[in-house]
Amino acid sequence: MPEKTWNHKKYLMPVIIALWFSFLFLPFKGIKAAILLFVILTFAIPLLKYALNLIKKIHLPADTFRGYVPSDKRYFFLLLVPLMTAPFFAEDYIIDVVINSGIYIILALGLNIVVGFAGLLNLGFVAFYAIGAYSYALINTKLGLGFWSAMPVSVLLTMLSGFLLAVPALRLRGDYLALVTLGFGEIVRLVLNNWDSFTKGPNGISGIMPPYIFNISLGKLSYYYYLVLIFVVISVFVIRRVHDSKTGRAWISLREDEIASSAMGINTTLYKLYSFAFGSFWAGLAGCLFAAKMRFISPESFSFMESVLILCMVILGGLGSIAGVVIGAVILVFLPEALRGVETYRMLAMGCGMVLLMVFRPQGLFGGKNVSIGS
Amino acid sequence: MFLQQLINGLTLGSVYALIALGYTMVYGILELINFAHGEIYMLGAYLGIILLGFFTAIGLTSQSLSLSIILTLILTIIFCSSYGFTIEKIAYKPLRRSPRLSPLISAIGVSIFLQNYVMLTQGATDKVFSSIFGNAGFDFLSTRITYLQLAIILVSAVIMLLLHAFILKTKTGKAMRAVAQDKTMASLLGINIDTVISATFIIGSGLAAIAGVMVAMYYGLVNYYIGYTAGIKAFTAAVLGGIGSVPGAMLGGVILGLAESLGASYILREYIEYKDAFAFIILITILLAKPEGLLGKTSEEKI
Repeated sequence: MPEKTWNHKKYLMPVIIALWFSFLFLPFKGIKAAILLFVILTFAIPLLKYALNLIKKIHLPADTFRGYVPSDKRYFFLLLVPLMTAPFFAEDYIIDVVINSGIYIILALGLNIVVGFAGLLNLGFVAFYAIGAYSYALINTKLGLGFWSAMPVSVLLTMLSGFLLAVPALRLRGDYLALVTLGFGEIVRLVLNNWDSFTKGPNGISGIMPPYIFNISLGKLSYYYYLVLIFVVISVFVIRRVHDSKTGRAWISLREDEIASSAMGINTTLYKLYSFAFGSFWAGLAGCLFAAKMRFISPESFSFMESVLILCMVILGGLGSIAGVVIGAVILVFLPEALRGVETYRMLAMGCGMVLLMVFRPQGLFGGKNVSIGS
Repeated sequence: MFLQQLINGLTLGSVYALIALGYTMVYGILELINFAHGEIYMLGAYLGIILLGFFTAIGLTSQSLSLSIILTLILTIIFCSSYGFTIEKIAYKPLRRSPRLSPLISAIGVSIFLQNYVMLTQGATDKVFSSIFGNAGFDFLSTRITYLQLAIILVSAVIMLLLHAFILKTKTGKAMRAVAQDKTMASLLGINIDTVISATFIIGSGLAAIAGVMVAMYYGLVNYYIGYTAGIKAFTAAVLGGIGSVPGAMLGGVILGLAESLGASYILREYIEYKDAFAFIILITILLAKPEGLLGKTSEEKI
């Protein structure tokens, strides 16, 4: 009979880890809270380990959830039925949240073109969202143009700004490109915040007109819902088509191996430019929809955290997967609404979630295993 | 006026340099932009205020001011280094073989986590600290130089010299340089990569902690979002000097500090509200025009 030995390491490790974290926590909330944390962690760590072992035993292959996203187009039409009829039975609050998630879907799909397809990390994506929203708001309030004439102009302006940023920035790669885009985002926000005579600074712009169709205002939530729904469907359709086109293939080959794709005759700089311009196109559209819905915008809505949130939607869903990104956006808009009671912990959880996702499932929920970016 | 701005700029610059060292050391070894480094500095500033407050409460400050400051510094360094060590183990180590984007996103996650962690435990309002030094100092050529400013400049200079000597002379320093040059080769020669990386994070966080404590004493006010701006500025300093180069980070920090204080009082007077954009504009300009920085080396792309 083998002698039963007392396994020191197994029982001591959780205590040591708990002790370590309570030591780190000690100066911030005092001795009582640290002791409490110690007790909680001592019991939680073995449980967590047990749970992790269970999860490891299940062993999810990289593209597990992918199979649950129906590839057949007909399923999406099936999904359209509840979406089409939603305003008839859902309350205004829900409709409002759904509209928000629609706007974020368009944004996240736009960022997905840059990060997911072409593999260029853009940390200042919110700048294009801001440019779209502000150009619509300014054209609308200063020149008095309606949604249908102002929107294309502001979307084109946003695209142009994406193009202008990309021309110099694309000489850089990886982390440096990320930092330049981050800097661009911050500069745009600071300009919006401080150019009082033009953008009214931190007070923001109010009195933005909602869209009209034949003199009927779409300002009503249920009307606006359909407008956003149409744009979401258009964006999914168009981006899907572009993804499957020659351009989309070129982006993906760029992401996988830039040197190899340039050896295959792809003009890498040109296709990177396309991805920036095409991505900011959707950001501009989302910005217009946002401004027309809120009727008021201020620089506060376009902070760095917003960029991070959009990036989280893309990586949660799975880089490069259109269905995944849509689901990621919906999750990240609905989750905070469902967790209103513990709102203060929202950002804490998001930070934690980003680390955990990267450590345990870097390809996101619905991403395939062949997605890799950076070198 | 000029001399005053020079002194202010030097003070600011030495703080940036201390933080920039952490960025540049980590980048030199892991090629990772440690986004959470600015938050370590913020933790240091908070810990400085908390610990000084604690020592004042137990009456140590009134008995021996220098002892309480030294104790605060040492404890803050210990805590911040522990945070840096832990962050590396949790958020970066499992991702060492992942594509470049993953650790960067993980680092942003850590940064968001730490900001909110401090906000939730210490409150969202500014934490004010009544300065125990006041405005004590001396006048030199009709310029007011406080002892605190002098101390910040001197302490930073001494620490940077020590660090330089450490990297050049000691065995750990040599190992760090070897790992920065070639990880695989270094590990073949018997260097424990994990230990070296941990040491890098511990030293970098310790330097950020010193910067944090000194800034907390200098301004007498901290909030949970100072890490982001300071981090970006310090990173700009690191890039300006040439990322991966330790003397470069020191030089970059001082240049950035001087540029900011002199620029704000002479060139950018009309646009003072764009002060924070200044660092970004410098950053973008350097990255586009001379990405290897002042003292950095150009690296050939390997296929």
